[in-house]
Amino acid sequence: MQQSNWWVHLLLLLASAIAVFPVLWILSTSFKPRAEVFSTELDFLPKTFTWENYVHVLTRSDGIFWQWMGNSLLVAVFTALIGLALSTTAAYALSRFRFAGRGAFHYGIFLTQMFPGALLIVPLYKLVDSLGLLNHYLGLILAYCTVAVPFSVMMLKSFFDTIPYELEEAARVDGLSHFGTFYRVVLPLSLPGITVTAFYSFITAWNEFLIALTFMSDQNMYTLPIGLQQFVNQFNTDWHYMAAGAIIVTLPILLVFLIAQRYIISGLTSGGTKG
Amino acid sequence: MGARNNTWIAYLFLTPVIVVMALLVFYPLLQGIAYSFSNMNQYNMGSKFAPPSWEFIGLNNYINLFSTITEPDSVFRDVLIQTLIWTFVNVFFHFVIGLGLALLLNRNLKGRGLYRMVLMVPWAVPSFVAAFSWTWMYNETYGVFNLVLQKLGFSPIPWLGDSFWAMVSVILVNIWLGVPFMMITLLGGLQSIPQSLYEAARVDGASAWRQFWTITLPLLKPVASTATVLGVIWTFNLFNVIFLVTRGGPVRSTEILVTYAYREAFLNWNFGVACTYGVVILSFLLAFTIFYQRLLKANSNEGVYY
Repeated sequence: MQQSNWWVHLLLLLASAIAVFPVLWILSTSFKPRAEVFSTELDFLPKTFTWENYVHVLTRSDGIFWQWMGNSLLVAVFTALIGLALSTTAAYALSRFRFAGRGAFHYGIFLTQMFPGALLIVPLYKLVDSLGLLNHYLGLILAYCTVAVPFSVMMLKSFFDTIPYELEEAARVDGLSHFGTFYRVVLPLSLPGITVTAFYSFITAWNEFLIALTFMSDQNMYTLPIGLQQFVNQFNTDWHYMAAGAIIVTLPILLVFLIAQRYIISGLTSGGTKG
Repeated sequence: MGARNNTWIAYLFLTPVIVVMALLVFYPLLQGIAYSFSNMNQYNMGSKFAPPSWEFIGLNNYINLFSTITEPDSVFRDVLIQTLIWTFVNVFFHFVIGLGLALLLNRNLKGRGLYRMVLMVPWAVPSFVAAFSWTWMYNETYGVFNLVLQKLGFSPIPWLGDSFWAMVSVILVNIWLGVPFMMITLLGGLQSIPQSLYEAARVDGASAWRQFWTITLPLLKPVASTATVLGVIWTFNLFNVIFLVTRGGPVRSTEILVTYAYREAFLNWNFGVACTYGVVILSFLLAFTIFYQRLLKANSNEGVYY
């Protein structure tokens, strides 16, 4: 290992500044009164600090923002749970068993990464429409499962791969069944991995824009990304409100992400899966 | 090693996923491919009030796309070229900047964990929030970029109002978003290279530059190639950034295949044409992946490991 020199720190500081600037800039915008936001003066910090934008976003139209947040939470939580429920056993089988068609199954899961949303969205739209589930939570959850399930399988498999097989052999010798070994030995040991996978499915659903925009046309059913679009009009955008809304949506995710980064990184790099 | 052969239980464990994937992914995929040979639109797709009346029209959608490709005002050709520029430039900079930062972070230096955490911020920001934030910074009158430019005595740039600058703008947003994934993946690859190789090289008097080309790059290749394939697939299919920052404008100049397919489907309501675009996208990605894997296999004996 070489001694670090000043230019390494200089480059990393520059890169760090670029990485955080857009976030800090909307944070600063979110605390500025309207007149300062729409001003040609260059001020990096608010001259008059105000919570007014946040108050407006959270209370406008009888607090519809809370409704959207509830919609987003509900859809994201159920997407993550259904994704997990369906994929844990499959990922375990992929990690532990050799069987005919294993390679094909694995490749099929990889292929789904390639399917353009543009090709799937029309048949899915028709399917959800024919089930009468447009503008319904379940329609959105179904559509998100098309991404969450294969993704969860890939990620969980990479976590199961890291659990020593000897532990299961010991459990089998002690008389546990296949399912018993899975539920009593493997699942508890891979709890960090399962949490991270669930968090990732949650984020994917929380951030999804295209399908939500297409499926949810009733304002009461919007998720947050679509709701925030309400501040964008044809001619002007209420950037001060938009900034406050964006910060509310981002902050919880950003905090969890940075706190859990070690687990998230290990899961993603070993699985080589979606980011 | 130690894996079991109880096939029936493996299939039992896989059944839920197979059923769901078949119903929600592979069946719709086949439907989508079928629709690409049809004239389906909002009016003939069938509803509570009218039975479906769309028909298969053979290769007409494909012929309409590809026959115009030599004409000067071919939308498809423009969108295709823009897609290739968008994908290539993004993945190139993701890789170069990501590799540069990974090499810096792989050194023994103070504050490494903190740098890594801060550099990961763009990854943790939802892409629609990033799109809002950058669109605001690009604002011609009140945006921070033009305010800084003017303060420094330059003239303001029409970031989103000019077809060249609009492309630069959306690409910048996506470079910002995509570098952390590449950086973290490549850093993982770098950390798995045994230090003893570098020590041996130093004993033999190899320069840092030579160590980079003969040890680091060849050994990074498996990780780098997987990350690049995924990067190309995701970038090619990326919808949010362009749709939210420029809506494909001005005058289609930042439209790529996926955003244009969406426009055909849910703004023009031509489902058949939209699916044709989808099939074209899928064919490109499949061809790319197969070609890239062949290429890697052909060159895979170049390592210095043995």
